[in-house]
Amino acid sequence: MPLSRTLLADLERIVGAGGLVRSYEGRLVYESDMHTFYKGAPDVVALPTRTDQVVAIVRLCRAERVPIVPRGSGTGLIGGAMAPQGGVMIGLNRMDKILEIDLPNRCATVQPGLINLFLTQAVANSGYFFAPDPSSQMVSSIGGNVSTNAGGPHCLKYGITTNHVLGLELVTGTGEAVRLGGKVVDRPGYDLTGIAVGSEGTFGIVTAVTVRLLHAPEAVRTILASFVAIEDASEAVSAIIAAGMIPAALEMLDEMMIRAINEGSNAGYPKDAAAVLLIELDGPLAEVMAQSERAAQICWERGALEVRVARDDAERALLWKGRKEAAGAVGRLAPTYLLQDAVVPRSKLPTIMRELIAIGARHRVRIANVFHAGDGNLHPLILYDDRDPEELERAKAANEELLNACIAMGGTVTGEHGVGLDKAKNLPLQYADADLNFMYRLRRAFDPETIMNPGKLLPSHPACGEGFRPARPRVPDGAWI
Amino acid sequence: MTSAFRGPDAPDVEEIRKCVHCGICLPTCPTYRVLGEEMDSPRGRIYLMRAAAEGRVELSETFRRHLDLCLGCRACETACPSGVRFGSLLEATRAQLRRHGPPPKHRLLEAFAFSLFPEPARLGAALAAFRLYRASGLRALVRAIGVLRLAPTLAAMDALLDEVPRAGPLPELVPARGRVRGRAGLLTGCVQRQLYPQVNRDTARLLAIAGYEVVIPTGQGCCGALELHAGLVDAYSARARTLAASFPSDLDFVVTNAAGCGSAMKEYGNRLPELAPFAGRVRDVIEVLAGAELPLGRLDLTVTYHDACHLAHGQRVRQEPRELLRRIPGLKLVELGDSDLCCGSAGVYNLLEPGIADELLELKIARIAETGARLVAAANPGCLLQIASGCRQRGLDVTLVHPVELLARAVDAHTS
Repeated sequence: MPLSRTLLADLERIVGAGGLVRSYEGRLVYESDMHTFYKGAPDVVALPTRTDQVVAIVRLCRAERVPIVPRGSGTGLIGGAMAPQGGVMIGLNRMDKILEIDLPNRCATVQPGLINLFLTQAVANSGYFFAPDPSSQMVSSIGGNVSTNAGGPHCLKYGITTNHVLGLELVTGTGEAVRLGGKVVDRPGYDLTGIAVGSEGTFGIVTAVTVRLLHAPEAVRTILASFVAIEDASEAVSAIIAAGMIPAALEMLDEMMIRAINEGSNAGYPKDAAAVLLIELDGPLAEVMAQSERAAQICWERGALEVRVARDDAERALLWKGRKEAAGAVGRLAPTYLLQDAVVPRSKLPTIMRELIAIGARHRVRIANVFHAGDGNLHPLILYDDRDPEELERAKAANEELLNACIAMGGTVTGEHGVGLDKAKNLPLQYADADLNFMYRLRRAFDPETIMNPGKLLPSHPACGEGFRPARPRVPDGAWI
Repeated sequence: MTSAFRGPDAPDVEEIRKCVHCGICLPTCPTYRVLGEEMDSPRGRIYLMRAAAEGRVELSETFRRHLDLCLGCRACETACPSGVRFGSLLEATRAQLRRHGPPPKHRLLEAFAFSLFPEPARLGAALAAFRLYRASGLRALVRAIGVLRLAPTLAAMDALLDEVPRAGPLPELVPARGRVRGRAGLLTGCVQRQLYPQVNRDTARLLAIAGYEVVIPTGQGCCGALELHAGLVDAYSARARTLAASFPSDLDFVVTNAAGCGSAMKEYGNRLPELAPFAGRVRDVIEVLAGAELPLGRLDLTVTYHDACHLAHGQRVRQEPRELLRRIPGLKLVELGDSDLCCGSAGVYNLLEPGIADELLELKIARIAETGARLVAAANPGCLLQIASGCRQRGLDVTLVHPVELLARAVDAHTS
C-alpha cells in the first residue's frame, strides 16, 4: 500500500527534503542487503541525523501502522535490512558520530551508523580497540553489529558483540526513546541490554550504543598453516583447542576460497593447499611465544605442508585483509551465492567437511568455504548463476541439505549473521513452540503493533502475518551450541 | 525486460555482475562519505547500472544525477575484493547517457569547460585574461561587490587561481646527462603546461639526470581524459589518436607528471586496441624516477603526501612516491590521514559540483592540518590547485608542490 501524502509530507518536515529518498531509482538501491537473493524496496528512505527525528518517525508510522525497517551499512547476510512489505526504511548512515570516548572507564558511546573499524582507529593510538570484528568491520555499522549480535574471527577469545555492549539507547516500536544498561557493568534489574542485542530491529531502532573498549595485547603472532587435506586442517583445529589454548582467532579457508582471495588482494596465501588455517595468538609476550610454538608443532604433527609466522605487522595485516575480504572476493568465482552460517560442535568439523563435499557433488554445485573453525561456525558459499533457474534450484537443495546435516550433528541454524528473512523459517528447527511463543510476546512488549522490521527474525504465522508457524523442534535438548 | 543501454559502448554486463554487493567500497567513496546514501555509493551506482541493463530503470534524470555526482576517483576499485573495474563501467554508462539520456544538469558550463581545458592555447589566452583581471583590480572589485556569491561555479574558479605563472616553451629535445639509459617522451599536459610550467621543466631535467633523452613534441595535444570521464567517447578517441601519433614510436617511455592524464593514457588500449603498444609505454614520472639513481642533497623539510586518485587508484602507484621522497636526506615524511580520499578536484568536478567538492576539500584540509607539515606533495595539477586554494581560503600556511619539485630542489642542494 503506498504511503499517504500526509505521511510523506510529515517525514519531510522531520528530516528535510535532503534526508528523504523518494525517487524510484533511489529506493531501488535499498532493496537488498548483501543477501541479494531477497529484494524488497521501501516506499521511502529517511536518513535522520538525531534521535528525536527517529522518535518522530516511529510515532508517525505507528499511528498509520506503516512498517519500519532499520538499515546500517547494508552488509548483512540474512535479508535483514530490506523491506519485504515496503514501508519506511530508516537509514542510520548519517548518525555516524562518536559521542564520547571514556578511556579511564574503558568505554565509548557512539551513534549506530558509525563504521565498526572507525572506532578502533579512533582509539588505537591510545592503545585500545573494540573487540568484535566481523569480517565486514571496515564497512559494517556498529548499530548493525548490535542488531545481529555479530561475531567475527576474534570472537573465539573475546566473545561476540553482546559481550561488549554496556548500554543502548533504543527507540521502541511505541516511539519512546529508552536507555537500557549503561557504563556501569552490574546494574539493578533486568538485563534489557542483553535481550535487545540481536533483536534485529524488531524491538525498535538503536540510536546510541555504549561499548566496552579493551586494552591492546602486548604481543600478537599470526601463523599461517597449509594442509593437503581439509580433514587434516580440521583435526589440527581440534588438537589446538584440546591442548588448552584459546587462540584470539582460528580460521579455515579452502582451496576455492584461497584462489578468489589471492586474485583479489594478493594476500600471499599458498596456492596449492587444500586448506589453510590462520591462527592468531595474543596476550603477554612470553605466553604468546610459547603457545605459538606449540600451535605450530601441532600443525606439523597433523601433516602441514607449510607453517609460517607473519614476519611483521604489514604481513599480518595483509593476511587478515585477505581473510576479511573473502566473501567480497567471491565475485571472481560466481555472480551469486547462497551463504550458510550454521554451527557444528568443533569435534564434528572433519565429518561435516566430508558431508559438505558429498552434498556439493550430489547437487553439482561448487561450494567455497571460509569459516571460524575455532567456533565450529561454518560459512559455506554455494555458488550459482542467477540467470540459470535450474542451477538455483540445485543450490537451494544443497543449501537445505547442508543445514539439515549440521542440525543432525547437534548444530544450530545460525552462528553470527543473525536470522533475518533468510533463516526465520528455520527457527522452528531450533526452538520449541513455547520458546517461540515467548519470544513473540516479548517482542510485542517493545513493539505492540509489530511495525518494527516485520517478517524478520521470528517466523510468520500464515494466518495473521506475524507470529510463528507451530512446529516441533528437531534439535534435541542440550544440543551443542 | 529490455536493457536501457543500447548500441555500442554499453557497459559490460559481466563486469557489472562481478559485484557481489558486499559494500566494502562504501567508506572509501567520497560521495558516500559526504552524503551517506546508497545511490551515491559505488555499490548503489553499480546496482543502478545493473537495473538499467535489466530494464528495471530508464536512463532518467535521477539515474543521471547519481552517476554525475560520482567523482570518478576509482577508490572503489582499490577497495573491491572482486576486482570490479568501476572506472570503465562509469565511462561506458556516461557514454550511454550522452547518446540516449537526458542532458547534463550543467550543460553550458560543461561545454565551456570542455572548450577551454583540453586546448592549451585557449587556456593560455584565458589565463592571460585572468592575469589582467587580477592585476587591474577588477578581481578585488568583483569580490567586494559579492557578485561571486550568485554564481558558485565562477566563485569556485576564481578561488582556485592565485598566482598564474607565465609559461615559457620547453625545448623539443633535452639530452641525457651521463650514461644514457633510454629515450623518454614527455607529455606537457594542458593545465600542467599553463599553470605549473616549472613541474614540466623539473620533470624534463630529472629525467635527463636519470639518463633519459627527453623528447617533447611541440604539436602534442590533450590526452582526452576529461572527455572520456564525461562519456564523450568520440572526442576522446580523436584526441587519443592524435596524441599518440605526435610521439615517435621508438621511445622507451612516454612520461606524464599529471596522474589524470597518465591513468587515461595507460588505458588507451581498452577502447582503442591499436593504441595498446603506445599505452604500454606510458609511465608516471614517479615510476621512472623510482628506478633511477638521483644525486639528492639535503632538504630539512617536513612533508606530507596526498595520493592523487588517478595515481593511487587509477595507476596503483602508492609506495613509489613515498619511497622517492624518503630518499631525500633530511626530509621527514609524515603520513596524511585519508591520504587517498579525493580532494574534490576530479577534473572539472569542483567547477560543476562546488558543494560536494568543498566538503571533501574541508576534510582534506583538516587532515593536512593534523599533520603539522607545511608542505604537501601531490602528483596531479588538479589536486595542487584545489588543495592550495582550500588552504589559502582557510588561512592554513601550507605550500603545495609536485614531488618532482622537491626532488629537483634536492638535486640543486646536492650540486650547490
